Amino acid sequence: MNETLLDIRGLKTHFHTFGGLVKAVDGVSFDVKRGEVVGLVGESGGGKSVIGFSILRLIDPPGRIEAGEIVFDGEDLIRKTEDELRAVRGGEIAMVFQDPMTSLNPVYTIGRQMDEMLKLHTDLDEPARRARCIRMLEDVGISEAESRLDAYPHQFSGGMRQRVVIAIALLAGSRLIIADEPTTALDVTVQSQILKLMRRQISERGAAMILVTHDLAVVSEMADRVVVLYCGKVVERGRTEDVIAHPAHPYTRGLLDSIPRITDRQHRLRQIPGTVPDIRKLGKGCSFRERCFRAQPLCAEQAPKLAPVRHSLDAACHFPLEESEA
Amino acid sequence: MTTPVLEVRNLVKAFPVGGGIFERLRFAKGHLLAPQKILRAVNGVSLSIAPGEVMALVGESGCGKSTVAKTIARIYEPTSGEIRIDGEDVSHLAFKQMRPVRRKLQMIFQDPYASLDPRQRVKDIVIEPRRAQAEKGLSRKALEAEAVALLARVGLNAEQANRYPHQFSGGQRQRIGIARALSVRPKLIIADEPVSALDVSIQAQILNLMMDLRDEFGLSYLFVSHDLSVVHHIADRIGVMYLGFMVETATRDQLFNQPKHPYTRALLSAAPTVDRALRKPEIEIAGEVPSALRLPQGCCFRTRCPLAFDRCAAERPALLEQPDGSSVACHLHNQAA
Repeated sequence: MNETLLDIRGLKTHFHTFGGLVKAVDGVSFDVKRGEVVGLVGESGGGKSVIGFSILRLIDPPGRIEAGEIVFDGEDLIRKTEDELRAVRGGEIAMVFQDPMTSLNPVYTIGRQMDEMLKLHTDLDEPARRARCIRMLEDVGISEAESRLDAYPHQFSGGMRQRVVIAIALLAGSRLIIADEPTTALDVTVQSQILKLMRRQISERGAAMILVTHDLAVVSEMADRVVVLYCGKVVERGRTEDVIAHPAHPYTRGLLDSIPRITDRQHRLRQIPGTVPDIRKLGKGCSFRERCFRAQPLCAEQAPKLAPVRHSLDAACHFPLEESEA
Repeated sequence: MTTPVLEVRNLVKAFPVGGGIFERLRFAKGHLLAPQKILRAVNGVSLSIAPGEVMALVGESGCGKSTVAKTIARIYEPTSGEIRIDGEDVSHLAFKQMRPVRRKLQMIFQDPYASLDPRQRVKDIVIEPRRAQAEKGLSRKALEAEAVALLARVGLNAEQANRYPHQFSGGQRQRIGIARALSVRPKLIIADEPVSALDVSIQAQILNLMMDLRDEFGLSYLFVSHDLSVVHHIADRIGVMYLGFMVETATRDQLFNQPKHPYTRALLSAAPTVDRALRKPEIEIAGEVPSALRLPQGCCFRTRCPLAFDRCAAERPALLEQPDGSSVACHLHNQAA
């Protein structure tokens, strides 16, 4: 059952802006197996959302996918025509966006927006489609589903809207869900409801998920494997437990240390100094070196390559942390 | 007994809402009526902060925590209740009379992009509260020197003092906002979600800076946040709000080790954590927060509370002090007391 569903190799998505070339995604590789949740984490500007959009080729100019392969179930999505891609978008691969306020169309009823998905991707007749929509709304925990079909998005709260968006994503029986910060706009109690719902629906349906988030706590509760991004590159990837417990890359270590813990309260948090550099002005060498406490002259000379460190962990660092140090 | 820096008693803030007169027009019992809809954002909140203390308000969106903060800073007019700053009742002061009070109280805002004037140089932004308060005859040069010193204290250099806000990142802008609040050497800083818009690594830098400044200047903070782990890091005492009511106040250790109110327990168990060992069996609460336009009868939390019983619908629980010094508004705890 552990076969690869999605394999991304050497993906490069660049934006040709007036201010210069922005290498938002610069040579990213990772894979997603069937039934697995993979978390993409990093701070703003890491390129995690752009990867999600690149998979469905939802990149508008001045952005362009410059290189790489996105192999989904044996077929390279980058070589597909726009028409072929329409069957994939929303069908084989569905997307859940961050903002439940703007990802639904305000002038159509919930029912019509759900129906659209089934019309496009199935050949069911009207009553059958309606029945399926109702069942799906019930599955995501919306009561009185039948009457809710005729409601408009503004009649729903934020959490309910996100449930609807998830229902739409699951409707056509997608095998891969890309969820881009699905709970960032929600309150914690609603967040935990939505995360549990996604987890259950995905495992029941045997689908896989790419979870894009800035929140390491959410990733550690949801994901089987984690990919940590910094300045458009993968700096570390591996099984969630290994990455959280003993990260090999100093950036991951720094991110984890920055989170205030409820277990041990120190007077000061350990912080990563400085800020994310301007991605247009990255020289050669490691892009994290200026904020890194382990940086050596070599780091300015040569960009580290992603290489196995231990167990399941790969890291892009000349001087990775030992398991005992991390 | 020292005077608390801030003392708030029974603070109420209600906003009239709901459109124009034609939207509200009703015909009832032979009369034409246009009832005003009232949003009850804060319903009788009391709190006090001692010198040097950090008190945090937590809760989900719409619980009134930001409204409390803004009403204390008198950005909003309180509907009723008493606000004492350093012993002085400021709840009825007019705008001009508030000015000397603002020397003791400053605010840091959530959005570092919207809270700085884009057309002002950073040094002018930082010194503006000071200039409004300064005695006459203080030269421009002296004020500028103060601005540079303040910026240096929050980690920005003299050259950056001449730049405009758009040339700074979110974390740096929040540093500018902090320097501005410090410029009048206040006793109390009200911080409304100061780190929510920032990336985690930057968030840690700002939290560290705020804690250092507290020690250095003897500041008190009223820290408003939805993030429990941030609150745990910074606060001495915590108030949990729900639907405009204070449902529990306790010291940090009491709140995290022995939460009493069912809502506090649910909040704590819902927060995701990186420590897998720490995960507690979850107290599941269904549904969402009711509308503040129509508050439920009785306890505000009973519509989502897994432990609600008949008394909760009949009677609104008061915030009562418990033997250990914390206070809880819940019939389950007040029965025994």
